[in-house]
Amino acid sequence: MLKSYFVVELLKLLAAGMLLISFAMLATRRIQRLITLFAWQGAILFLSTFLVAHDAGLTELYFSAALTLLLKAVALPLILHRLVRRLDAQRESERLVHIPATMVAGLLLVILAFGLAQPISLLATTIMRHTVGIALAVILLSFLMMITRRKAVSQVIGFLAMENGLFFAATSATYGMPMVIELGIALDLLVAVFILGIFFFQIREQFDSLDLHHLESLKEE
Amino acid sequence: MLIVCCWLLLAVAGMLRPHSIRYVARLLFPLGAVASLAMFGVAAEFLFAGRAPQTMTLVLGLPDLPFHLRLDALSAFFLMVLGLAGAGISTFAAGYFRSGEGTAPGLLGLHYHVFMASMAVVMLADDAYLFMVAWEVMALSSYFLVTSQHRIPEIRQAGFLYLLMAHVGAICILLSFGVMQGGSWQLTFDAMRGASLTPLRATMAFALALAGFGAKAGVVPAHVWLPEAHPAAPSPVSAMMSGLMLKTAIYGLLRVTFDLLHVRFWQWGLAVLVLGLFSGVFGAIFAAVQTDMKRLLAYSSIENIGLIVTAVGLAILFAASHLPLYAALALAAALIHVLNHSLFKSMLFLTTGSVLHATKQRSLGKLGGLIRYMPWVAAFALIGTLAIAGLPPLNGFVSEWLLLQSFLFTPRLPHTFVNMLVPLGAAVLALTVALAAYVMVKFYGVVFLGQPREPSLVQAHRSNWLERIGLAWLAAGCIAIGVEPQLALQAAGSVTGMLVGQTVASSPSAWRIAPIAPEQASYSGWIFLLVIVCVVAITFLAVRLLAHGRVRRSPPWDCGYRWQDARMQDTAEGFGQPIRQIFGPLFWMQVHLPSPADEAPSYRVHIEDRIWRAIYRPISAAVQRAADAMSFLQSGRLAVYLLFSFLTLLVLLVFAL
Repeated sequence: MLKSYFVVELLKLLAAGMLLISFAMLATRRIQRLITLFAWQGAILFLSTFLVAHDAGLTELYFSAALTLLLKAVALPLILHRLVRRLDAQRESERLVHIPATMVAGLLLVILAFGLAQPISLLATTIMRHTVGIALAVILLSFLMMITRRKAVSQVIGFLAMENGLFFAATSATYGMPMVIELGIALDLLVAVFILGIFFFQIREQFDSLDLHHLESLKEE
Repeated sequence: MLIVCCWLLLAVAGMLRPHSIRYVARLLFPLGAVASLAMFGVAAEFLFAGRAPQTMTLVLGLPDLPFHLRLDALSAFFLMVLGLAGAGISTFAAGYFRSGEGTAPGLLGLHYHVFMASMAVVMLADDAYLFMVAWEVMALSSYFLVTSQHRIPEIRQAGFLYLLMAHVGAICILLSFGVMQGGSWQLTFDAMRGASLTPLRATMAFALALAGFGAKAGVVPAHVWLPEAHPAAPSPVSAMMSGLMLKTAIYGLLRVTFDLLHVRFWQWGLAVLVLGLFSGVFGAIFAAVQTDMKRLLAYSSIENIGLIVTAVGLAILFAASHLPLYAALALAAALIHVLNHSLFKSMLFLTTGSVLHATKQRSLGKLGGLIRYMPWVAAFALIGTLAIAGLPPLNGFVSEWLLLQSFLFTPRLPHTFVNMLVPLGAAVLALTVALAAYVMVKFYGVVFLGQPREPSLVQAHRSNWLERIGLAWLAAGCIAIGVEPQLALQAAGSVTGMLVGQTVASSPSAWRIAPIAPEQASYSGWIFLLVIVCVVAITFLAVRLLAHGRVRRSPPWDCGYRWQDARMQDTAEGFGQPIRQIFGPLFWMQVHLPSPADEAPSYRVHIEDRIWRAIYRPISAAVQRAADAMSFLQSGRLAVYLLFSFLTLLVLLVFAL
């Protein structure tokens, strides 16, 4: 009982960390710092999944924890770092819409997410049911980040962070998704990053920049 | 279920060879013809033996939603038509397709056989799901066939128009099925038969089905795709589309109205009747003024579909008024006309194909005198034109006669106003039939008779033997039904027995048909044939005996012109001119007349459909305006697009909880 209590408190701490990182990602200008934050987010995700697996004694969840560690905390950040280096985009800082305004919007979203998550967490029976709201907030914040960014790389990071939030929501609400689905999603992510990497090169080739506002000229008149 | 094997064979035959060229076309199209023949045999055997309906559930399909097949008299009749005409068309196509024209023959063969198979499945389907799947496959495969010469922009445009209309129709049919399932969410036709619908829902379902199938059949306000798509397609494909695909729409209409909705109200019949009559007259009038031979035939298809729909309307009218015998008569007329039209219209489209290949000309103004250079094709075309013009002893007469007969019984209807109005319909029908004969005289006369209007026509080469066999098969069908109408009547009888519970008395004796009572009206093809043969023989003999050897050759009076050439013959425009004058208000015309002082005089008439300007132009303009109004959404900025999906997500989340 005592052990379980500690686990729950620890999980709440980790969830708070996730949320904090999401806000940090929203506010960061540097792409490389964004990738590091993303890696940290993956690490926290791994820790929380591991704790839940330990507490519930589910071997399946151990596997997904391992998968998370490998893919989201190590492999994807490495790939992204290399990509940025190859693209010579380390130093590019982005002009965000307006950081304080974005933060306020993010706050409102968090409140909304908690409001929305209340009925779900009442239904859920897992030990992480209180963190559903945070998971939802992470998804929405990542989405918001995608909207406010102009560079292609940060859009992809937003997309990946959204997936982190989804995964977090799944573990909090129902002890994770079936193994097959998780493996499928992991593969999809990897493939998506590769394809988007190819697109980066193509976009840069065409427009000499990774700024997505150049794509506006593609629309039909 | 042998037929399933037949169409599977067809489809597989279509899949087998996507790459290799004409050698395959020579091998596979005859195989397709054999398969069609087998289908004809199986369906005819089923009809004449009067078997009970057979059903079958396929393991294919979505989970929990298997495909159901059912073979009953109605589908067997249409399958018989499909097999009968399909055999002739496939044989012809074997000789027709040559390499180096548009799409590779291998692909053409694929689409062609998928098209055949999908039509068979439409007729066999016993649930809405399979029906719609087959229907869409049919539309798509025929679209690819129409656009087989896709390098020509007009053909692409025609194909697009066709695809658009096909999909609008398909949506209507889908909605109609949706209404018909009546809240049970069962998609099988069995469930729809049993569903009890309120009158409003039933009428809605009927109206939607009429709109959907009408768009496919080319009933008048929705006919615009027909004169565009038929000329664009290669001739065997036009023959298939006109002869067979339009009939699937008739099949669908009969299936929905009689089998699934059980004919509730006589007002439905009146609506169908009016639409059919209007299409008939409209098609005939427009056919009379066309100058492109395939467009002419396309408008003639509209006219014939009009006749069939008229007969269906009468049948609904009678059936809903509890006069099953007369309903059976009208229905038999519709069915036999379906059969006939599939024979003679396919044949005429195929002859235009031969002419097109031989002369590279489609415009009537540049043909003429081909009877000397293409005697076989001319002979078959003569049979086809006589049949379509409704002359005894050919098959067109039989169905048109039955249709007129059923009009004669409308005074027995228990509705006063309808009683007074329907005879007008009979008059319109007679007008249509007469105009159709006029059109056919024009078609045959301008293409095959007279002098060649272009010097190059002298080099027109003859059709090859595969083409002749295909044509001969269809011609034989025309003659057989003309002189032995009992056969067709008997086949239609088992369908009417299933749909309205009554069959038409077939014949008082072996060589005569008298649908209602012999003392009222009867018809014998043999007598007509005998009389015609006698008259022709006597005339021939008389001419030979009396006039032979007393021929004096001299130059004819040439109206004072210094010379005459073939261009001075009556042209297609000239032939249609009286009709154009009489029915002037129907057309949208631009006439360009040369002035008397013009050095290089030229005459041009441009005729358009008023319906196109009155209905379709405003619709397309409205769609364009709506699209322009929506286009502000497409700013091109990725962030804005993301914002859209973000807002959607938020709205859904808020409303879901």
